[in-house]
Amino acid sequence: MAKTTAKEVTNSLTRKRRRVSDIMLKVLIFLSSGIVVALTLGMIIYIVIKGTEGMSWNFLSTPAFSYPYENYGVLGNIINTFYLVLITLVVATPIGVGAAIYLTEYAKQGKLTRIIEFTTETLAGIPSIIYGLFGSVFFYNIFKVNYSLLTGALTLSIMVLPTIIRTTQEAIKTVPMGYREGSIGLGAPKWHMIRTVVLPSCIDGILTSVILSIGRIVGESAALIFTAGIAAEVGINSICDIFGKVMNQGGSLTVQLYQYAQRGGAEMKYAFSTALVLLVTVLIINICAKLVAYRIRRKRSV
Amino acid sequence: MEKTSDAIVAVGSVGKQKSAIRSKKSGFTNVTERIMKYIFTVCGITAVACVLMITIYMIISGAPAIGKIGITDFLFGDTWYAKKEQFGILPLILTSIFGTLGAIVIGVPIGLLTAVFLSELAPKALKNIVKPAVELLAGIPSVIYGLLGANLVKPLMYGLEEIIYANDPTHQFTGGANLASAIVVLAIMILPTIINISENAISAVPSEYREASYGLGATKIQTIFKVVIPAAKSGIASGVVLGVGRAIGEAMAIILVAGNSANMPELFSSVKFLTTGIVAEFPYSSGLHREALFAIGLVLFVFIMIINLILNGILKKGGKKEKTAKTAGKA
Repeated sequence: MAKTTAKEVTNSLTRKRRRVSDIMLKVLIFLSSGIVVALTLGMIIYIVIKGTEGMSWNFLSTPAFSYPYENYGVLGNIINTFYLVLITLVVATPIGVGAAIYLTEYAKQGKLTRIIEFTTETLAGIPSIIYGLFGSVFFYNIFKVNYSLLTGALTLSIMVLPTIIRTTQEAIKTVPMGYREGSIGLGAPKWHMIRTVVLPSCIDGILTSVILSIGRIVGESAALIFTAGIAAEVGINSICDIFGKVMNQGGSLTVQLYQYAQRGGAEMKYAFSTALVLLVTVLIINICAKLVAYRIRRKRSV
Repeated sequence: MEKTSDAIVAVGSVGKQKSAIRSKKSGFTNVTERIMKYIFTVCGITAVACVLMITIYMIISGAPAIGKIGITDFLFGDTWYAKKEQFGILPLILTSIFGTLGAIVIGVPIGLLTAVFLSELAPKALKNIVKPAVELLAGIPSVIYGLLGANLVKPLMYGLEEIIYANDPTHQFTGGANLASAIVVLAIMILPTIINISENAISAVPSEYREASYGLGATKIQTIFKVVIPAAKSGIASGVVLGVGRAIGEAMAIILVAGNSANMPELFSSVKFLTTGIVAEFPYSSGLHREALFAIGLVLFVFIMIINLILNGILKKGGKKEKTAKTAGKA
């Protein structure tokens, strides 16, 4: 055997056989990413094309199955979805933010913190259908109503709690220790410090958690069918109805989409129109989240 | 973390002493302080209370049916036929398990490779296309996946079915509403979960590992597959487990494509998942049938709890490893 030259050493390090496998793997990597992008784009384009077919002002401004009976619309469902978002956020945001404050500012590292963090993870992992089953029994025992927007919203409040807790917690953790020390050094008690220093510096983080939650609420369906029901009418005839509606059943946009799709046939195109409404909502939510994230980054860099 | 919170407590107690010295207003402040602390504690415990309530209610509403049907008949009975009060959910359990496995087998490689692309290979311009696409994919509601599955995947799978079973007269054609379609839809649905978590895990691998590997003459791809991915193993594993959780609990995306007959799982037969069984039958069920559906919910809940415990184990192990690595690095 001849002495190994430097050239041979380099060759042994970058042998051709390896390079071939490198190229193959690289192709696979690019292919996978291509598939992901193609899937997303394909889905969006398909929904836009199929959705515009049944889309009209009439579709957006009238409720489904109203007089004349064969009417296809989503107005009632848009209003129901709006109710669900509003009630869920009003209930879940204070509790979630409070829990995050407790975990980061008050709790000492110990068993209780670990249990709370573990249960938050658990809540995040429970499938929405289980929430639906639980909500339908639990809130039926309280309100004695089979289906209502309030039942649906309260069920969703439990569901979005982990999102709010975790996102807010992350935001609170980024508030510099010096801010807190400065405030407390000036004699501020803890709640005062939280109210005037911690919360204002992480308001963007809380906003992010709210936006993320809206996304989840708008997209949820399995947890709502058994809790909020499937009614599609608007149901607001007087001022009293604005508040009374929360005890009535009301299907969200997603639930209406499912109904249209399940009936199939001619109604399939209205399922796609509903999907288009949902898609636009999701897009707007994504853009809002991006804007807030951009604001946070800019503020940090200043 | 422990140190800093101790520091706050220490500083806080100084603050308390100071506020005690202050005038009348401090009495009011003290009360508010205490009330706020209780409120925050209650908020913190809410999550624990919710999990407890859900667990208790799932057991209360699911256990009676299991008792009436008999646990072995329920879990291992192979016929689910509500009209004849036959409630064996083995086909549903197996369908859920196989459906999830199928989704993982397809979804994990694609998701992992995309994560590698995003964190290691992608030029900025391409990253700015792929990343938003993944985010959007994660935000699309599950019913829309179901709608698209029913309109795009189903016909595709029907075509495949017709080719495969062209010469088999015994095969019952499903029109594409079968396990294979459901697997495809689930695989797409878990992609964002796998991609996001794997990408985070891969990005967290210290750059020294890569540099050391390059220094030994390894190519970029070798470094990725021999160094970076093994180092990010526990993070990727937790992504996979989360994906399993998402797939096994998904209902609305697959109810329109799975066919909904309680057959034993076969790729091209109409099947019923644990989740789709509940959604499809709950509205018209009553009596023992409804109780049995709650019992299915309980079984699903137990599955999810096991998955959560596994996930917790992985995270704990990963965290410990990281800690030892860090202390080793300091020493």
